[in-house]
Amino acid sequence: MTDTLTAHSMGTPLVRQDAMAKVTGMAPYAYDHRQDDPAYLHPVQATIARGRVVQIDTTAADELDGVLLTLTRHNAPRLAESEDTEMHILQHDEVAFRGQLIGAVVARTPEIAREAAALVRVTYEEEATDARLSADREDLYRPEQVNGGFETDTDTGGVDAALASSAVQVDQTYTTPMEHNNPMEPHTTVALWQDEHLTLWDSIQGVHAAHTALAPLLRLEPEQLRVITPFVGGGFGSKGKPHSHEVLAAMAAMRLPGRAVKLALTRQQMFTLVGYRTPTINHVRLGADRDGRLQAISHEVVEQTARLYEFAEQTAVPSRTVYAAPHRRTSHRLATLDVPVPFWMRAPGECPGMHALEVAMDELAIACDLDPVELRVRNDTATDPETGLPFTHRDLVGCLREGADRFGWADRDPRPRQRREGDWLVGTGVAASTYPAMSMPGNTARIRYGLGRYTVEIGAVDIGTGTWTALAQIAADALECPVGHIDLRIGDSDLPQATVEGGSSGIASWGGAVVAAARAFRAEHGRLPAEWAQTEAELPESDVTQRFAPHSFGAQFAQVRVNARTGEVRVPRMLGVFSVGRIVNPRTAHSQLTGGMVMGLSMALHEHSVMDERWGHVVNHDLAGYHIASHADVCDVDAIWLDEVDEHLNPMGTRGIGEIGIVGAAAAIANATFHATGVRVRGLPLTPEHFLDH
Amino acid sequence: MEADITLVVDGERRSLTVDTRTSLLDALRDHLGVTSPKKGCDHGQCGACTVLLDGRRATTCLTFAVAQDGAEVITAVGLVTDGELHPVQEAFCENDAFQCGFCTPGQVCSVVGMLDELRAGHPSHVTADLTAEIGTDPAIEDDEIRERMSGNLCRCGAYGNILAAVRQVTSS
Ligand code: FES
Ligand code: FES
Repeated sequence: MTDTLTAHSMGTPLVRQDAMAKVTGMAPYAYDHRQDDPAYLHPVQATIARGRVVQIDTTAADELDGVLLTLTRHNAPRLAESEDTEMHILQHDEVAFRGQLIGAVVARTPEIAREAAALVRVTYEEEATDARLSADREDLYRPEQVNGGFETDTDTGGVDAALASSAVQVDQTYTTPMEHNNPMEPHTTVALWQDEHLTLWDSIQGVHAAHTALAPLLRLEPEQLRVITPFVGGGFGSKGKPHSHEVLAAMAAMRLPGRAVKLALTRQQMFTLVGYRTPTINHVRLGADRDGRLQAISHEVVEQTARLYEFAEQTAVPSRTVYAAPHRRTSHRLATLDVPVPFWMRAPGECPGMHALEVAMDELAIACDLDPVELRVRNDTATDPETGLPFTHRDLVGCLREGADRFGWADRDPRPRQRREGDWLVGTGVAASTYPAMSMPGNTARIRYGLGRYTVEIGAVDIGTGTWTALAQIAADALECPVGHIDLRIGDSDLPQATVEGGSSGIASWGGAVVAAARAFRAEHGRLPAEWAQTEAELPESDVTQRFAPHSFGAQFAQVRVNARTGEVRVPRMLGVFSVGRIVNPRTAHSQLTGGMVMGLSMALHEHSVMDERWGHVVNHDLAGYHIASHADVCDVDAIWLDEVDEHLNPMGTRGIGEIGIVGAAAAIANATFHATGVRVRGLPLTPEHFLDH
Repeated sequence: MEADITLVVDGERRSLTVDTRTSLLDALRDHLGVTSPKKGCDHGQCGACTVLLDGRRATTCLTFAVAQDGAEVITAVGLVTDGELHPVQEAFCENDAFQCGFCTPGQVCSVVGMLDELRAGHPSHVTADLTAEIGTDPAIEDDEIRERMSGNLCRCGAYGNILAAVRQVTSS
């Protein structure tokens, strides 16, 4: 048990503190900070997917009027060794993916920089490209662990025998395609080297994450680097670490002392340089009794990583935890390809993995002739099947029941392809959702008092999540003062150390530190502090994961209409019900949860980065080719939550809400399309061709 | 090649010299320091750079600055009068019609322009009867608003709240 805060400001729908700045466009994102006489950087990217740069000739670029600097491996600053080989640009001649950074031009204007970059002549020694992911490759390998530090494989009981003897079985392969985060703000870095100090205005989900990665790489002492990020135009994981373009901007700036160097990646460049969700191939086998009780779950995943740097998505991990089954197997195998480096995209692991598992569960419900809500209820578990630990709080059943009630599930005729309105086939679907609750060690907050106000400082960031507002509400309750008395300072690496906005852990981690600092402040200075009293405290270490399995759960319901003539899929209605602990701000929380669901809808209907395997190149690398949900796609999407306070994890009682909204959303829509049409589509996106000719 | 042009930006006359390759968006952001419109794609695909250009909504990344000599530009910040937010901006705040806020100035300008188009009776792709009056009748279909706003992408998925904000404006 933690000492839970009494909620006064928490739980109220305070309007975003930064609302005015955002509706006027005055909130400064990385590129927007005023700089005196800045210079503009345009990257030079490899035009082969694998091989070696033999020669790089910048003569024509250097001669162009207005060019201030060309940077290649011949004149780039030497970086320190780093495990993150993605960052090791301009240090060697090897090319490991198409679009890799091999140089830069900095000029007086962006137009000149771009023109000059096109004048750089590069000759290559090219090798054959290998960019084809398939489950039958002979060179698939087992990574040592998968993202999040999870075990690569698990095997409990005797899965094969249990499957063989199960009365009902599902044995299918489900796929999700390569997908790109595409935050609306392109990844941007503005770098200024002045008086032996580097300042980065960076579009990043963690100022200290960037600081910790970049300072040693650039051979700087920690105090020589400052990262400033008051606002971020979305990230969804891709800004969870610095990528190679930050290094490029920093190196260029260090060659042009006193001049701010601006680099905003183009939308096209973001399809190669800042990560993406790996395509996944999920072989799922379920074995159950006639009454739907699972005996065995097997979830074996094949996905890709880059030759340059390994990233292993934890796709099968949710299948270890969601349902009770005595026999369980999960595994992850990777193909190493000549492709850009995959990275986090909203709910890495859970998002694609739960799509596979939850479509399989729908197939199982039909095979057992059971309602899909009831099937999930029957397989609920009070303890985490993997660790045997109790959940801090698990109410998947509550989410399913509440959702079924509100969505009007009770009268559902389970038979597919029974409802037709004109040209439209109508159906409904459900899927479960889950995401682990985490708080990260390494967070410190500082509280200062003066002139009747409290300044609360921590190097947190707001990527659209509402940190500016929710963290102020937490601070107000922790200091037992009105939220109007709080001055929050975040988004600067000169502030006390904070962890990255990722893994839905931001509010839990930073809020925990703010509460610790507030309590220490009151213990030290009392209720009537002297002017300029100040206290700093760290988020205390917690052993909660030794005793509990902290997870959130949810249930996603969707109604779809599939056009019988054109195959077009529309989603008139979605409802998500979530069990996520306390909600700090219902206004921003509703936005975040429905925002996740909309991204799930987008994944279900549209998102697909099309890799040309011959060249290792995403051909639809812009927002005209890579479709994301638009206004016209999104009708009635609603999210509600169960009234809860999680007393085990942190003093706020929260479990994190940034990612769970996307998990299961695409599966609910896919299941609804089966109910509408009788066509089972086991891959995403649910494009029209799947539903034609039936 | 360079050209001298004049723009009226948020009510202020500004003269500048631009490379003829400079988009109106870059002229605003890089030359004039007007960073309210954002660059999400530079290709007319996202709407983040939307302003009111001579009174009509336009994506500023898709037009060259030199082609807009003499034009009047109103950005989201220019919609504020005497320190008061425009009703569309008020409604965005109250309805939490954004998260990261990056698409927001473009969305706001687009809503203002879209409502003018409605008042002028312009039909859209989903207008069933092209001869019927449209107007800002509160009964106008949600689908009309969604369709008319579909040039403004929001990766945070704030569409439901943007619709609610528009509704608040059309029904007041
Ligand atoms: S930046 Fe102009 S439409 Fe995207
Ligand atoms: S609010 Fe983030 S893109 Fe719209």
